Amino acid sequence: MRLSGWGRHPAQDCLVYRPEREAELAEIVARAPTPTLVSRGMGRSYGDAALNEREGVILHQRFDRFLDFDEPTGVLSCESAVTLSEIIDVVLPRGFFLPITPGTKFISVGGAIAADVHGKNHHRDGTISSQLIDFRLLTGTGHILTCSRQQNPDLFWATLGGMGLTGAILDARLRVRPVATSYVKQSTLGCPDLDTALERILTDDRDYEYAVGWIDCLSRGRALGRSVLLRANPAARDDLPSALREAPHAPHRALPLRVPFELPAIASHSVNMRLLNQVLWLGHRNGERIAHVQSYFYPLDTVQNWNRAFGRRGVLQYQCVLPLANCREGMIELLERISSSRCASSLAVLKSTGPANQSPLSFPIEGASLAVDFPNRGPEVFALLADLDRIVVARGGRVYLAKDSCLSTEHFREMYVGLARFREIKSKYDPDGRFASSLARRLGIVEAA
Amino acid sequence: MSGVVVIVGATSGVGRALARVYAAEGRALVLAGRDRDSLDRIAADCRVRFAVPARSERFDALDFADHAAFVERASKGFGNGVDGMILCQGEMPDEADARRDPHVLRRSIDVNYAATVSVLERAADQWAGRTGGFLCAITSVAGDRGRPRNHLYGSTKAAVSTYLGGLRVRMARQGIAVVDVRPGIIDTSLTWGLPDLPLRASPDRIARDVMRGISRDRAVVYTPWFWRYVMMIIRWIPDRIFKRLDL
Repeated sequence: MRLSGWGRHPAQDCLVYRPEREAELAEIVARAPTPTLVSRGMGRSYGDAALNEREGVILHQRFDRFLDFDEPTGVLSCESAVTLSEIIDVVLPRGFFLPITPGTKFISVGGAIAADVHGKNHHRDGTISSQLIDFRLLTGTGHILTCSRQQNPDLFWATLGGMGLTGAILDARLRVRPVATSYVKQSTLGCPDLDTALERILTDDRDYEYAVGWIDCLSRGRALGRSVLLRANPAARDDLPSALREAPHAPHRALPLRVPFELPAIASHSVNMRLLNQVLWLGHRNGERIAHVQSYFYPLDTVQNWNRAFGRRGVLQYQCVLPLANCREGMIELLERISSSRCASSLAVLKSTGPANQSPLSFPIEGASLAVDFPNRGPEVFALLADLDRIVVARGGRVYLAKDSCLSTEHFREMYVGLARFREIKSKYDPDGRFASSLARRLGIVEAA
Repeated sequence: MSGVVVIVGATSGVGRALARVYAAEGRALVLAGRDRDSLDRIAADCRVRFAVPARSERFDALDFADHAAFVERASKGFGNGVDGMILCQGEMPDEADARRDPHVLRRSIDVNYAATVSVLERAADQWAGRTGGFLCAITSVAGDRGRPRNHLYGSTKAAVSTYLGGLRVRMARQGIAVVDVRPGIIDTSLTWGLPDLPLRASPDRIARDVMRGISRDRAVVYTPWFWRYVMMIIRWIPDRIFKRLDL
């Protein structure tokens, strides 16, 4: 079966399994004829993380059950393919929300753990690891191990950010947190250039629980890096207008919009994107407003399968993080390289990140992260991405594996110094290398066959 | 809505989908089958997602001696009494295996036909004197006309359909609906990996159609709907021509 990630590049032929039960999954890991396997949840990683060319891919979609939700403690237990969206549907009406959530809710719990995802509050609360209590992992040797900070801690941390290479996650327990309302107090602030934006981000992001910025990657010269910062704190009941106060935990009603067919790549034309960025810049209003969590955290989820707007060849998303000391210089270099290219990027996101955790392959380090979309227009985009990789390496930063499809083995090794440690743990629990993926081979995390 | 719904064969693709659509309606559920762990997970899922009471119950289609006790056990617990029962246990053997091996053949007849009749008869006994409610079994479009590719399986389903036809008349006086659901090709573990099956429907789609069919008291539900017309045409094809077709 031909599979691809969310960016629709690359597409590869994989042998796909879809077990119905745990015993069946164990049977596949023990006996499937392909030498290697990798788990796949919602297929929302952009590149080749959940692909395994000419080898096995295990779809987890039938493991989509909630197992328990204990309201007094806020502890939720579910199987690996339950999505964050489903969790929100269950917990928000009862007055809870995810403490950590990335920019899309259409990802599975297993995928979120494997990519050690972060959210708009990373500068304060870290990655999904901080809400994770434990999980059960089926390893390449057929053992089912419970992993937590106390039990098999090396495997716990290696699986977080381990891109599915330590085994198949069966189910997990995580903590959700009580919220007074399903709204946030969002404050909008336009910054005319990068220096202003970075200064504001690095000085007063910590006053906000959630912080993110749209950055215009197409503006040049003095307007280089102009941004609109969208920062927010949870709204208390008294913050709400009286009309909303009656139902402070109301779910969001939004029309499910879809891109009905492959569009002729509207999002890939630089004119369209320049226009969009201009509209966003001119259209922003500084000040405070009340926003529903669904529209603040997941603006793109309003349009399902928006990746189709980039046409058949797909989209390459580039997300990198630069360490605090090199943020300014690095960002300027990156933005200059991007804005001088003809590879119209659409919307880009700038955000401050907090300290790294113990996971050997986790992405965030303390500093600032930049995420940019590039429509796949062939060799010039790949050349651009390689240039960006060089800048990031030189500045001591790294690229986010969940979004990557182009990074080279050499650059990867320089970015992720935890690789040796990761390999050590992987060979301890998966000595025969049963779990591997196209990404793992490309980056040399496992030996290429 | 009130009243407990009993789903037999609840770990099957359609069974799991049915549990969710009925739980979403606020129904209490009894989920029956052999795989206790899987049933418990499905029950927990319905409780967490939809805040409805749900529990699992042991059921083995081949343990005929236990069927009466099973119907007893399933109707206990939630107070409201059982409103309806849906049977979706099934076994689709490899056709060649079933031709060669009498045990395989016998097993599919027992699971698909004999167990369904046996459980429904016990339910009919227990429901003597009551009014309202429903009994439903998932059969198949494969029962509408025998084709070399799956006529052993299809004939077990056809037998159930014939039985349901009579049961419907028997139960009509008590206002109990008897619904025969004939799905086309469903995207479940039974069909996963088979090449080139067109028109494969999701179990969720099937489950929604089952619920709608039951609530409207339909005798026979084809799902998705177009199978009614596909099978109508297939039944009309004269034997002379049918023999030469490779359907």
